[in-house]
Amino acid sequence: MAEKIELEIVTPEQLLFSGEVEEVVVPGSEGYLGILPGHAPLLSELQIGVISYRRDSQETKVFCSRGFVEVLPDRVSILAEAAELPDQINVEQARAHQMQAEQLLRSDDPDTDYAQALLDLREAQIRLDLAEQSTAT
Amino acid sequence: MPGGNVRDVRRRVRSVQNIQQITRAMKFVAASKLRRAQDRIFSARPYANRMLAVLNSLAARANPELHPLLVQRDGDKVMLVVVTSDRGLCGAFSSNIIKAATRYIREENINETISLTLVGRKGADWFRHRPWPVRHEYVNIMSRVDLKYAQEISRSIIDYYLAGELDAIYLVYNEFKSVVQQNVVIEKVLPIQRLDFDDQEEVLLDHIYEQPPSVLFDHLLERHVETQVFRAMLESEAAEHGSRMTAMDAATRNAKDMIESLTLRMNRMRQTSITTEIIEIIGGAEALVEDK
Repeated sequence: MAEKIELEIVTPEQLLFSGEVEEVVVPGSEGYLGILPGHAPLLSELQIGVISYRRDSQETKVFCSRGFVEVLPDRVSILAEAAELPDQINVEQARAHQMQAEQLLRSDDPDTDYAQALLDLREAQIRLDLAEQSTAT
Repeated sequence: MPGGNVRDVRRRVRSVQNIQQITRAMKFVAASKLRRAQDRIFSARPYANRMLAVLNSLAARANPELHPLLVQRDGDKVMLVVVTSDRGLCGAFSSNIIKAATRYIREENINETISLTLVGRKGADWFRHRPWPVRHEYVNIMSRVDLKYAQEISRSIIDYYLAGELDAIYLVYNEFKSVVQQNVVIEKVLPIQRLDFDDQEEVLLDHIYEQPPSVLFDHLLERHVETQVFRAMLESEAAEHGSRMTAMDAATRNAKDMIESLTLRMNRMRQTSITTEIIEIIGGAEALVEDK
């Protein structure tokens, strides 16, 4: 496992990660994509989910919400609209969003944007799961 | 009347002192705003730079027919998005931008085809009286730079470009270099610029697109223009506070010099008048003695 690929995760708020890794898994909009060094050039949108990367055999998980990934044989650039390390996740806020979204989904107001509410709910749940996992270990 | 004159000078000293108080307060306000603006631009830069890098490499490799925003047109229908400040008292901040924009128009010889989008009151006020058509004006948004304005501006830019109304769009803004230095930048937003590769083989390498390229490019390019506009606004905001801080610091220092020289003059005048009075009294007393 000498081969490495350069990974960069940036969001409008911060440069979250920059360094060499052995493997990256990203939530492409058509499903999760595993990327190893020497991958063919690829461009994809990202959906809400979890990015995980392995560095020195240590796996790190990162929450990510939409954005793009560009893969080149020696470099992966992730431009996420939002991305947070497990300890950066605001659990209370995520819980509040979850409640809010659930309430919206239950309401019978015809103007409710169900698709958006579902996305919000998903986002909140993934955040909470990830935060929980990291505190469990 | 020498005595009255001293009072006039004292009044001037006091008014300069008042001005100094204001400039000093403005300097401190600018400094604290600058800190916040600086944090924002520093954290926004990596994303914007990465986005630009991805777009450039993409534009070089991808087939231009995949998306209308990738097509390079040679027309001369150019629009400048000129970012100035809403408020004055920040040195040559806005006039530098205005100068750079007008010089650009003259040098490129696009007097007939140019149009403008103005961000910030200073630029809007100045260009209102010039012959070039103004498409949009955004005034009073620089005190609270918000992504939603950047989105609005970028939407209109993209619409014009897609409709063929414009062939190229540039941003003109002050880049935040350091607290005391701003750089005027003229930057091309559309069409997306191609990266030059030394290695031709690398160019031939095209991407696998996970989604239909037209959908993917739609989203990506929209996001890209938005990011660049937003970044320019944040740069300009930070640069403006920096520029105001320097200007107000200089003003405070000038006020101090002025107070010193006025006080000196005032004291000298007071002394002269006292001396004259003493001489007069002595002269009067001697005259009385001689009379006896």
